[in-house]
Amino acid sequence: MPLSNNDKIAASCSLLAEKIKEVAPPGARIMEVCGTHTVAVFRHGIRSLLPEGVRLLSGPGCPVCVTPQSEIDLFIRAAGLKGVILATFGDLIRVPGTKASLGEKKAGGADVKVVLSPLDAVKLAAENPKRQVAFAGIGFETTAPATAAAIMAAQAQGLKNFSVICAHKLLPPALTALLAGGKLEIDGLLCPGHVSVIIGARAYEPIARDFKLPCVVAGFEAADILLGLYRLFRQMGEKRVEAENAYERAVSWDGNEKARRIMHSVFEPADAAWRGLGTIPASGLAIKDEFAGFDASKRLGISPEPAPDPPGCLCGQVLTARITPPRCPLYQKACTPENPVGPCMVSSEGACAAYSKYFSPV
Amino acid sequence: MKDIILLDHGSGGKASHRLIETRLLPRLDNPMLRVLDDGAVFDSPGPRLAMTTDSYVVSPLFFPGGDIGKLAVCGTVNDLAMCGAVSGHLSLSLVIEEGFPLADLDRVLASIAETAQEAGVMVVTGDTKVVPRGAADRLFINTAGVGPVREGANLSARFVKPGDCVILSGNMGDHGAAIMALRNGLNFADEIKSDAAPLNGLAEAIMATGADVHCLRDPTRGGVGTTLCVAGACDITGLEPLYLANEGKLLCFVAQADAQKALEAMKGHPYGKNAVIIGCVEENQEPMVYMKTIAGGTRVVDMLAGEQLPRIC
Repeated sequence: MPLSNNDKIAASCSLLAEKIKEVAPPGARIMEVCGTHTVAVFRHGIRSLLPEGVRLLSGPGCPVCVTPQSEIDLFIRAAGLKGVILATFGDLIRVPGTKASLGEKKAGGADVKVVLSPLDAVKLAAENPKRQVAFAGIGFETTAPATAAAIMAAQAQGLKNFSVICAHKLLPPALTALLAGGKLEIDGLLCPGHVSVIIGARAYEPIARDFKLPCVVAGFEAADILLGLYRLFRQMGEKRVEAENAYERAVSWDGNEKARRIMHSVFEPADAAWRGLGTIPASGLAIKDEFAGFDASKRLGISPEPAPDPPGCLCGQVLTARITPPRCPLYQKACTPENPVGPCMVSSEGACAAYSKYFSPV
Repeated sequence: MKDIILLDHGSGGKASHRLIETRLLPRLDNPMLRVLDDGAVFDSPGPRLAMTTDSYVVSPLFFPGGDIGKLAVCGTVNDLAMCGAVSGHLSLSLVIEEGFPLADLDRVLASIAETAQEAGVMVVTGDTKVVPRGAADRLFINTAGVGPVREGANLSARFVKPGDCVILSGNMGDHGAAIMALRNGLNFADEIKSDAAPLNGLAEAIMATGADVHCLRDPTRGGVGTTLCVAGACDITGLEPLYLANEGKLLCFVAQADAQKALEAMKGHPYGKNAVIIGCVEENQEPMVYMKTIAGGTRVVDMLAGEQLPRIC
């Protein structure tokens, strides 16, 4: 009888797990940069397949988690403005702001619409000419080109009621800042698949070189992650330090140049505040002056106000791998998936959410 | 701002359970309600009776594989079937928004009639309310059902025992995936059909084998993952999507010795032809659901927390 697809996947995973056991250096510490990787690692039970002592640590690659409290509050404030429809990806709905979440504002009467793409928000604006539609623009290089394309589409349609609250961030500068801090004890980076589709595997070459850290881009299926880990451990065993691409079916060495061009035609690099990392030079995106009409801060007259992280919340330390979620004093006590205190507990890519959903001492 | 109802409270997951446990049970508590099964079973001068009720507020009203009318009949028929009831009588309550097209109402009613006929149940009482435009989302339906329980059937999550096998009647998540795809305009919306189906025939086929069945559940909102957590089963072998809603699937907890017999009966029924044993119940101090993944790893399956929403990446 021919093997089913599932049998083939199971066989590949089993083979890779065996090979990992052969080459993984004892006590190796790998940071999975991307939140989707964190969740996939748990969902596939990858940790239970790794040799004892090998550790996987979550990094700053969850777009919701790295958004500072001041920006979360800004989205929520915009949703409360008269005549405004706040369009957002679903991830933000349950993220707690200082006073309430978008979901709570919505339940209280604010017009919050979940969209699948920024272009859906442009459509909303076209359908509601008497309302202002503000799109909560968050995410890394993965989503920023789509937001840029939405702004271009709104401009082409002559829409005067569409704007973006721009909280987009760039991953390599944040990674660089995190590593330059010198406090991270890690031996390799499992690099994100989605972001790398845009920036290319080449983007990790300077990081590998400057910080002497093996970097491997990996996909999100169980076998993809195991392959990425295997190639990281193999580099370590062979004393090589390189940027490698283990996700060639989606990621090229140079990435998606067209997407980057669209992104850079609408946005320009700007200093950005990150939860847990502080302000990092040129690590965010600001809307260029020529598209100022689509900048919500100008159109709606709103800008971030200082907002401290919730008392006791250590999301910032979690997403910089300084602690694992169970070491946060609020974890599963004051902060649960039902009543989250910080974004890491509620984001679909959050480390605390993944730990509390899947983690058990098996 | 935590003192209001959020959509999470209706997701069928943790927030729903907490709402029921902290608000409803303390005020309405009684032994029949407390077990939180799909319906209640109680004595009568004749056979024991099962009773259940459910409201249907699905949007869109019409979707591949079904519509709100079919759901309204299947949901109540299935809840009765999960109690071991052999047939039933249904009530039908309609809350209609002003301006709702009569043609759509006719379409829903035709579907109700057709599904009731397939399930062998009758709608014997009902109610119709019309509310001002904006006070409801086009059409809400409530159905309730009552039916005699098959002799010897004692089905409840509290009767699940260590050693029981867990059989799932078919592929998971078709209803949830179909609705999500349609609601979000995804390009595979035409390819996935809701599994909405009356399961009383399938349940009857299982019970007719004489297998020692301890519990039947239809994993609707919250999906198989949440349902298994309620039942406290362990060591589940299965695949995603665990948390998407089903409207034509059941989970059967049956004594290990009778598992094969029950499985064969399910496979012989059109709504159970893809049935498979997905795991077993083990003794464990702390009830937990574990799953072996396709990668060969092990993970915990917890109840759904929050609505499943479209994501960024």
